[in-house]
Amino acid sequence: MQTATETMLNIKINGKELQAKQGETILDVAKRNNIHIPTLCYHDDLCLSGICRVCAVDVEGQRLLQTACNTPVIPEMVVNTNSQRVRKARKMILELLLSEHVGECTTCKRNLNCELQELASLYGIEEVRFKKPEEKRFPIEENSPIVRDNDKCILCRRCVRVCEEIQEVEAITPVGRGKETSIGCLYDLTLDETVCVFCGQCINRCPTGALTEKDATKDVWRAIEDPAKHVVVQTAPAIRAALAEEFDVPPGERVTGKMTAALKMLGFDTVFDTDFTADLTIIEEGTELLTRLKKALVDKSDVSIPMFTSCSPGWINYIEHHYPDLLSNLSTCKSPQQMFGALIKTYYAQKKGLDPDSIVSVSVMPCTAKKYEADRPEMTDSGYKDVDYVLTTRELARMIKQAGLDLMEIEDAEFDAPMGISTGAGVIFGATGGVMEAAIRTAYELVTGREVPFENLDIKPVRGMDGIRAASVTITDPSPEWSFLDGAEVKVAVAHTLSNARKLMDEVREGKSPYHFIEVMACPGGCLGGGGQPIPTAPDIRKKRAQAIYTEDDCLALRKSHENPAVKQLYEEFLGEPNGHKSHELLHTHYTEKSNW
Amino acid sequence: MKTFEIDRDVMEIAGRYQKAKEYLLPILQELVGKKGYLTEKIIRDVAKEMNISPNEVYGVATFYSFIKTKPTGKYVIRICQTIGCDLAGKDELIKALEKELRVKCSGTTDDMMFTLEKTNCIGMCDQGPAMLINDEVYARMDSKKAVELVKEYKAKENS
Repeated sequence: MQTATETMLNIKINGKELQAKQGETILDVAKRNNIHIPTLCYHDDLCLSGICRVCAVDVEGQRLLQTACNTPVIPEMVVNTNSQRVRKARKMILELLLSEHVGECTTCKRNLNCELQELASLYGIEEVRFKKPEEKRFPIEENSPIVRDNDKCILCRRCVRVCEEIQEVEAITPVGRGKETSIGCLYDLTLDETVCVFCGQCINRCPTGALTEKDATKDVWRAIEDPAKHVVVQTAPAIRAALAEEFDVPPGERVTGKMTAALKMLGFDTVFDTDFTADLTIIEEGTELLTRLKKALVDKSDVSIPMFTSCSPGWINYIEHHYPDLLSNLSTCKSPQQMFGALIKTYYAQKKGLDPDSIVSVSVMPCTAKKYEADRPEMTDSGYKDVDYVLTTRELARMIKQAGLDLMEIEDAEFDAPMGISTGAGVIFGATGGVMEAAIRTAYELVTGREVPFENLDIKPVRGMDGIRAASVTITDPSPEWSFLDGAEVKVAVAHTLSNARKLMDEVREGKSPYHFIEVMACPGGCLGGGGQPIPTAPDIRKKRAQAIYTEDDCLALRKSHENPAVKQLYEEFLGEPNGHKSHELLHTHYTEKSNW
Repeated sequence: MKTFEIDRDVMEIAGRYQKAKEYLLPILQELVGKKGYLTEKIIRDVAKEMNISPNEVYGVATFYSFIKTKPTGKYVIRICQTIGCDLAGKDELIKALEKELRVKCSGTTDDMMFTLEKTNCIGMCDQGPAMLINDEVYARMDSKKAVELVKEYKAKENS
C-alpha cells in the first residue's frame, strides 16, 4: 500500500516509464508491471540470494549485467530486460546450469513442471555446448520420505533457505566449495540420520527434480489391482483445496466431489474422509484439554499446560528432536490420519465383516512427513500397520492422470458412509488455526452448553497467515460439572512454520507462556501449504487454498465436531466414551525423544 | 538424550573466543592445528558449544581447503594449481610426486606419512611451480627437486 511518506521514483524498463517505490528491486517493479524476468534462485517465500544469475538485466551506465532480483531501483534508472546481450547471457547461464544438471527429463517426476526445463525451452536451448558428466556423480538417497538426487541439483539453495529461514531446522547445507559444492549434510549423513523433520518444504521449493517425494503410487496400484484386497482410502482436508492446481486450474478451486469421484474411478473400494477423524480428534483432544485444565485447577495435580496439538507429523518430529523436555505437553492424540488407520482395521472391518488382513489402508495427504508417521513402529495399534500407504496430493494427481481421467470433467460424487461423514470443523483442519477453531467451537459448547460467542461460528482471531496468532475465550456461566471454569479466560495461540513454533516453545520452556492450548502446524499456512501439495507454492497461492477451505466450512450444515452423527455413532457402537479405555488403546500414542544433532 | 562429553580442546578453544559465531573460522583453524583434522564428533561438539547447527560448522569447514575433515598424513604436500604454477609445470611435479610416494593426488600414503593434494593460489606466482609441505613454502620447484625434498623428509622420519 502506498503511504504518504513513501518516496516514489521514476525508472524506465524496456522504454516504458514506470513508478517505483524506494527499496523495491528491479524484479519487484517488473513483476508489478507484467514484465517477465526469468528467475531460478528467487522465491516469493525466501530471502534474496542472487546466485543463479538468470535474472540478469542490462542497466544503463553499468558495465556488467545486473541481477534483477537483488538490485534495488534508483531514480532515473534505465533497465533493459530483453536486449540481445541479456538474452545471450541468460542462454549461456542456462547452458552452464544444464551442464551440471544430470538426469533424463522423461524419467523425472518434475517433467513438465520443472523451472529449469521451462527456461531451457523458453530460451531455445538446442544443445549444451559444455560437457556434461557422463556418469552420475551422486547416489540417489531414498531412505526417507524425501528423495534426493543431487545430480539434478542446480545449487539455487532454495531448499537450504527454506530449511533455515522458515523451519529453522538446518538439516541441509552447502558442502564444499566451487565446482565441488553440493547440498548435503555433515559427513554425508542421510536425511534420516539428521534432525530433518520430513516436512517436505524443500521439495515444494526445488526448481528441478533434485528433491521429490518417495513414490507410493506403484504399491497403491498393485493393491487396487489385487482382487483379494479391500482398498480403503482417506483424504485429508487440504487435498480438495489444491488438487485442481495439478490440472492447470488456478489456485482456490475446491474439487471435493470430483476428487471423491476420481478416487472411486481409480478403483478404491471405499472412499472416506479424514475430516471424520478430524472431528474425532476434536472430541478426544478437547476432552483431554478439559481434563488437563481440571487436573491443574481443581485437583492441583502436576499436569503439563499448555497442551500442544499433535496433528502435524512434521511438528511431532521437530519437538521430539528439539524440545524433548516438552513432550508431556503434547496431546497424546494420534493425528487424524493415524486415528483413521487404527479404526479402519478394527471398527470398519468389524462393521463390514472384513478380515483386517485383507484391508489395505491408503491415505492421501498434503504431507511428506505423513509417510514417515505411517511407518512409525508404534502406529500398529490395530494389530496391523494402521496406514499402509501414504500418497501426496501430487501422487494422487499422477494416478488420476495415469488412469486417463480429466479431473475437471468428472461428475461429483459423495464420500462413503459412515466414515465419510464430517463437519466444517473437520474441513478447517487443513488451514493454520483450523484445529484451534474447531476445538474452541466444541469445547466452549461442551462446557457452557452455548455456541461460541463469535459471529457465525467464525473465530477470526485464529485465522489468517500471521506467523503467531493469539486469542482468548472467557467462559461464563458453565454447566455445573465445569463450574471450576467459571470466569476463566482460556488463552490460546496458533503458530505455523517451525520457526514460529520455536518462539512459542522457548516461552514455554522458560515458564513464561501465558497460554493454555497451542496449535502448531509445521508448514506455512498449515496443511494446505504442506510438502506434498502441488508445486509451486507462494503466499498468495496458500491464501487462495485457505479461502477454499473456509468456504467449504461455510457451506456445510454441520460445523461443529461434536454434532457429527457418525462420530456419535462410533462412540455408541465401538469406543464407549471420549478418552475411554478403547480410545486410549487405538487413538492415543506416545512420543520418543530423538537426538538433537 | 545421548549425552556426550564435549571434547576438552573444543571447550577450551571455543571458550577463549567467547563462543562467538564470528570466530568460527579461527576456532576451526586452531582445532585443526591441534587435532590434525576434524572428526564428526569434533564438528558436533563445536556446534553444541557454540549453539549453532553442526551443518553450518561442516559447511564452513569444507569450504576451506586448509581445514581438514578427513585424516591426513603427518606431512601434507600441497601443490599450487593456479594459473602461474600451472603454466610453470605443476603437472610434472604432481606426476613425479605421485610416483615417488606411490599415491594418487588427493590421497594419503599407507603409513599415514604424506598426503598429496592440489591447492589454490598460495601467492608465489612469480616463483612457480610452488608447493607447501605443511607450513613450509618451497618455490621454483621441478620434479627432481621435489622428489629430493620428499626423500629428505622421509629420511628425517626414519632417523
